[in-house]
Amino acid sequence: MSEKMVTLIITRQDSPESSPYQEEFKVPYRPGMNVISALMEIRRNPVNAKGEKTTPVQWEMSCLEEVCGACSMVINGKAMQSCTALVDKLEQPIRLEPMSTFPVVRDLIVDRSRMFDAMKRIKAWIPIDGTYDLGPGPRMPERQRQWAYELSKCMTCGVCLEACPNVNDRSDFIGPFAISLVRLYNTHPTGAMHKEERLQALMGEGGIEDCGNSQNCVQACPKGIPLTTSIASMNRATTIQMFKDFFGSDKL
Amino acid sequence: MTATRDFASRRLHSLLGVIPLGVFLFQHLTVNYLATRGPDVFNKAANFISNLPYLYVLEWLIIYIPLLFHGIYGVYIAFQAKNNVTRYGFFRNVMFMLQRVSGIIALIFLAWHIWQTRVQVMFGQTVNYDMMHNILSNPGWMTFYIIGVIAVIFHFSNGLWSFCVSFGITVTPRSQQALTYVTLIVFLALTYIGMRALFAFV
Repeated sequence: MSEKMVTLIITRQDSPESSPYQEEFKVPYRPGMNVISALMEIRRNPVNAKGEKTTPVQWEMSCLEEVCGACSMVINGKAMQSCTALVDKLEQPIRLEPMSTFPVVRDLIVDRSRMFDAMKRIKAWIPIDGTYDLGPGPRMPERQRQWAYELSKCMTCGVCLEACPNVNDRSDFIGPFAISLVRLYNTHPTGAMHKEERLQALMGEGGIEDCGNSQNCVQACPKGIPLTTSIASMNRATTIQMFKDFFGSDKL
Repeated sequence: MTATRDFASRRLHSLLGVIPLGVFLFQHLTVNYLATRGPDVFNKAANFISNLPYLYVLEWLIIYIPLLFHGIYGVYIAFQAKNNVTRYGFFRNVMFMLQRVSGIIALIFLAWHIWQTRVQVMFGQTVNYDMMHNILSNPGWMTFYIIGVIAVIFHFSNGLWSFCVSFGITVTPRSQQALTYVTLIVFLALTYIGMRALFAFV
């Protein structure tokens, strides 16, 4: 029996408070398998490389087609989605770690709520509710819609935060994705009605100023979102907003 | 309103690095470059600067206050980062790290350089060709000055790049790329001026 095996070294953690440890696994190879199918194999048969029975490795997943962002983890040193991480393209042993920027819940599951908090801070939504029917909003030019669609591909996966040297426990930087979202919502004709509020949120603590231009985010983004262009664009917008706020201008 | 102050101080930090500190750096290197034309020319220029009216006001306003703010706030920025060049070895990420390393080297170098020259004036010495000749004839000091001057010039050149990005002057990737080449030329040109000036004193 000469079955081809895939070796995985997984950084595990039993609870948010306990300390991490590494465990090695060997799973049978199947053509076209991805990291998630390897993890499913471990779940099916939770025995480590030494042959000891262990607890199944926990991870998060949902869409399995790189649009939800739930299955992000650090694979061989780089943060990416485990659903699109194909075993054939990875160097073995495959090293899986949770994303270090976020608090670990268990094994490869992290708590990404700092991203949700950042979205609340920058008002990452289009307000359309009123006490009466407000009717249709202004039309969006098709060319602009196509352009904005690229920015809307953000799935809050957390990879840009993991790649950013300025997102860490010493700073409360909201992260590249949030800055790009301000650009997206400020472009929308209805969203633009609240653009000052979003820019002022960006000018707050942990906002755009914590960007150090390492430009890792744009390289790491799995959706190819022009994050650094968004950051530079919002740098310009906040510069203008700063002058408006200080010297005064009609609030039009 | 600490939040807005954070934004303003970081923008101010970036601006001060270019104006006045960058402008002063350029002026300082140019005057030093005069040493290549002989001790007399340099002494004349140094003498002219030492006898400028309201020199203390100029020095504090253009050099010391901006430098202290830029330096102290810069240390805070430098130690906030968690460098990850080994995992993400992209060009800009390397520059990001070097910007912080060169900033710390520059701060140490400038503190010592000001002590060794400007502060000594208060103890009765004069800044002239001989003073610099005495310092730089020592190979140890020469090495220290070469490293320090290159660190300062790198920090300024690369800082010029991030200044243009931070203020939203260069937004597109193409303009940022072009700026990388422009700042590279600035770095090479100033390094040439700085090195020729240093070696003119020995």
